[in-house]
Amino acid sequence: MIPAGFSYVRAGSVQEALDELSRHGGAARLLAGGHSLLPAMKLRRAEPGVLIDIGRLGELAYVRADGDRIAVGALTRHRTLERDPLVAEHVPLLAAAAARIGDQQVRNRGTIGGSLANADPAADLAAAVLALDGVLVARGPAGEREIPARKFFTGRCRSALAAGEMLTEIRLPAATDRSYAFEKFSRRALDWAVVGVAAQARPGGVAVALIGMGPTPVRATAVEEALAAGVPAAEAARLAARGCEPPDNAAASASYRAHLAEVLVGRALAAL
Amino acid sequence: MRVEITVNGQPHTREVEPRLLLVHFLRDVLSLTGTHVGCDTSSCGACTVLLDGMAVKSCTVLAAQADGCAVTTIEGLAGQDGLSPVQEGFRQCHGLQCGFCTPGMVMAATALLTERPDPSEQEIRNGLKGNMCRCTGYQMIVESVQWAAANGGAR
Repeated sequence: MIPAGFSYVRAGSVQEALDELSRHGGAARLLAGGHSLLPAMKLRRAEPGVLIDIGRLGELAYVRADGDRIAVGALTRHRTLERDPLVAEHVPLLAAAAARIGDQQVRNRGTIGGSLANADPAADLAAAVLALDGVLVARGPAGEREIPARKFFTGRCRSALAAGEMLTEIRLPAATDRSYAFEKFSRRALDWAVVGVAAQARPGGVAVALIGMGPTPVRATAVEEALAAGVPAAEAARLAARGCEPPDNAAASASYRAHLAEVLVGRALAAL
Repeated sequence: MRVEITVNGQPHTREVEPRLLLVHFLRDVLSLTGTHVGCDTSSCGACTVLLDGMAVKSCTVLAAQADGCAVTTIEGLAGQDGLSPVQEGFRQCHGLQCGFCTPGMVMAATALLTERPDPSEQEIRNGLKGNMCRCTGYQMIVESVQWAAANGGAR
């Protein structure tokens, strides 16, 4: 399968990428690791007229401590998240989720910014960033703004990024509690999650995020509230699908997804 | 657009369309047909090559993205002294049946052994999960990688 024709621009800096974005408007797409965009282009589900390759922007590939937060550059690859000592120490849930993405080849190319901006409702990193109460940094013609992860995902493969904006950084509060769990169920070893769960313990409660349970990644608020009220974990897990609108499709029926959510949340909570 | 890609140690400069995939650059432009196109949807791993030393699925990388990079394909593994340990392992342990997945398996296993010279069986299975063998000969493939790990590794 061959993508439709496009013109290719390699950005040498974030500013150059933003300039190209505003020059080409809606015709352009940013190319990071390319592991969602290129397959979509090969299937002709995406036919951008211009690809702006940001894959070599070293200025966006980093993990660093920023006060009590960990700042992750948008171009940081999944393989780096798996191995980075700062991630392992302060946000190990992110490393656990990264390690479960696809396969080694995919993790060598895919980037955290690309995955989040793609806003796939089954993306592993989205669950982790949501459970960690991350903040996404967008840069555009009007400057920089912070978008909380809870407000970032606005629909199936839709995000709060405005036209002309790009993700530059993900800011994650360093977890004070090292209890976390990442669970997912996939049909085949390398597949996307049918349903996945990221759970992060914190003082006074547990944050639980679900993927594959609706048009966007979501927080399992019913579970979180039950746990905060002292309900035993096994009982709270039964509320996992409450308020969710899981898709009903060839990969899994809505009722099966709801069942999976309960089982996987139960396993995640038991592992904390 | 013009790209310069070093493949198996040889630099190649070519004019290509931006939409040309790396796997087609290797197969159709350079006639290196050892790299196979399997699923063409970044699932099966038959097209795995090393891009600056890291395993990638070349059906999901543009030649433009590999501009200035070094690519190693199955044709580049054997040295003056014969097959690489991973290639020899597949031969010794019958790690192939129809052979279609083999180039990708060998490249993915080579990348795996570069990072983990002495992997456990589970680490081998996990490291190769992006590569499918439709003959389902996985057991022999794992044994081939174990043989390679004990006989020279990723070299």
